Amino acid sequence: MRAGLSIGLPLANARAICPELTVFDADAAADRKTLGDIADWCDRFTPLVALDPPHGLFLDITGCAHLFGGERALLQAASGALARQGFAVSAAIARTPVCARTLTRQASGIIIADGEEAAAVGPLPVSALGADEAITGGLRRAGLKTIGDVAARGRHEITARFGAGFTCLLEQALGQGDAPISPRKPLPDYIVEKRFPEPVATEAVIALNLSALSAMLVTAMDRQGKGARRLEASFFRTDGAVRTISVETGRPVTRAEVIGRLFRERLDALNDPLDPGFGFDLVRLSASRTEIVVQQQRDLDSNVHDNDALAALIDRIAARIGGRRVVVHLPEDTHIPERAVLAAPAQHHLAAAAQAAWPARVESEPPLRPLRLFDRPEPIKVPFATVPDGPPHQFTWRRVTHAVVRVEGPERIAMEWWKSDGAGPTRDYFRIEDEAGLRFWIFRDGLYESEPAEGAGQPSSIRWFVHGLFA
Amino acid sequence: MSGACTNTLANLRGRIARIEAHGDAHDLTRVALGHAAADAALCGGLAVAAVHEVFAEGRQSATATGFVAGLAGRLTPRRPLVWVRQDFSEIESGALSMRGLCELGLDPRLVVTVRATDTDAALRTAADALACDALGVVVLEVWGPARQLDLVASRKLTLAAQASGVTALLLRVGAEPLPSTAETRWIVRAAHSPPSAPWHAWGAPMFDAQLVRNRHGPVGRWIMEWKSDECFFTEPATHPQPVAATPAHRPHQAAAIGQQRRAS
Repeated sequence: MRAGLSIGLPLANARAICPELTVFDADAAADRKTLGDIADWCDRFTPLVALDPPHGLFLDITGCAHLFGGERALLQAASGALARQGFAVSAAIARTPVCARTLTRQASGIIIADGEEAAAVGPLPVSALGADEAITGGLRRAGLKTIGDVAARGRHEITARFGAGFTCLLEQALGQGDAPISPRKPLPDYIVEKRFPEPVATEAVIALNLSALSAMLVTAMDRQGKGARRLEASFFRTDGAVRTISVETGRPVTRAEVIGRLFRERLDALNDPLDPGFGFDLVRLSASRTEIVVQQQRDLDSNVHDNDALAALIDRIAARIGGRRVVVHLPEDTHIPERAVLAAPAQHHLAAAAQAAWPARVESEPPLRPLRLFDRPEPIKVPFATVPDGPPHQFTWRRVTHAVVRVEGPERIAMEWWKSDGAGPTRDYFRIEDEAGLRFWIFRDGLYESEPAEGAGQPSSIRWFVHGLFA
Repeated sequence: MSGACTNTLANLRGRIARIEAHGDAHDLTRVALGHAAADAALCGGLAVAAVHEVFAEGRQSATATGFVAGLAGRLTPRRPLVWVRQDFSEIESGALSMRGLCELGLDPRLVVTVRATDTDAALRTAADALACDALGVVVLEVWGPARQLDLVASRKLTLAAQASGVTALLLRVGAEPLPSTAETRWIVRAAHSPPSAPWHAWGAPMFDAQLVRNRHGPVGRWIMEWKSDECFFTEPATHPQPVAATPAHRPHQAAAIGQQRRAS
């Protein structure tokens, strides 16, 4: 800027103006990431931050400015901190986002009171509106140099020539109409935060502050009878990096010590630990999903306590190793063995699993289903079967040959042909005991008679698998 | 020495004796397995609030799983069970099937499975779960040799189990026994189904269970059969032909036929 360069200038012209210029290729992905990081950092001013690519950010500071000593102080704090990080900042505060953006094209640090937008943006060139290249060129050709010139024309003329979108943009730039921003993250239900005049870096202090924040959060939620299902802790580093860590729970949490413990577990188990660097100057705890807690009287039965203790244990384990790794099992209404059981996250399905109706076993029969089931049946080598539909006499699984001593079967299970993905060969299952007493559940994939005869012997497409192991 | 001094000394000795005896085998709760000889060797049954280890070769993994499931079913039929295992063991010997548990007469509604990525995570999760007194049994399934499961880790598990009253069952497939503080250690292999005509029912879980370590009693080796209907271990039937379990609500067959004859 100082040297007289501007965005969109051809490289040759720029070199002519400034011969000692260093040139880099544009890296759009890195630019986007940096903008995202800056937006994260801007979370400290307001939870409503929206991206305006390629290099703009909208902050909705309604109701936030007084926390930072007024609009002027907020603007100075934000642009000052970003400038210290080495970014060129141009910021403005106005009633609508488009108006503020237009003003930043002119100068930084402008604050426009309500009603003065038209006067402020009037003298600016039409390119400041940020409309398409074609529209800006068209306006210039029509002799409309400034926004004031355009605003002076009738709206129907502008709409007829440049479209309704441009009229809308123009009205917003003039401070008319209501244009909400679309924030990057949904607004959390509750936020508590603590700012530090001096950055904190030690684990003990961070843990202490987290527990103090949890107590504040719980007090705030308790007033409205809410409990948290999803919690986020954001750590704002002095150098601008922001780390957000979230924890989910199976049932609404209403106790501060539980929140503290969940975050301790989570922080302990992070793959890339929380790096305080030069310290954190802001720690924020927010409840992004909450539920109404029904305060019910506990009966003297210890079952209720046990269920709570189990749910708390599941939450702790899930916080450390991930919610999808702690599962309960639900029966599915299907005959296909590998689909008969659904593993569902325990945090959300604990109650459903406790009520599940499992098929009853047949009395005084040996187990008909194996205790260990392979997700993906393992192929075995079967030299021959005595009768076409019969069981094998020996088979080779994992390079060991097993001689079959006892056989029970076949149990024929047809695939679910009425479903779109259900087609497949019918399986004949056999329970098999080998000479060592090991019991297998093997099946033949496909029937003999349905296969086209390929000369003599066994059709090549008939395959055998071991699907499970009995105790 | 004056009488008062002797008295104090005796008191102190008594207190020390009580402290030392605390948590020892003599006041452990025990649950009978149902197999008479094994129960006799175990002084009445398997100790609750202790650590028990079950070892097996790689190919005997399902058998060992069945044995551990049987032990868990005996110990606490109505309390939640947390089954901690590594991802690798699922690839190697298959996932624990809930339908299979049903077939053994156990309740899959009480099972919470934790899929840990590695041994460290599994061990830590198991220690956490053992501290939760709402549970009945915690099963820790570790495939292959694991140097993390040393004497210190085993001692930690034992202490956690004693404090909470939860029983820990270690399922070690494809591993060599190492020194540990376990109450009992078993090596399990599959046993043949009893000889019978091929059309007779066969395939009830049969274990060749070898008790290789028992802190408070002798060791031994027995053939045990798991009765899925009644949920206990027994000696294998001496009768070559298995007899169907007679449900309690149905009259005995001979008596019923007799009644029919009288009626006709």
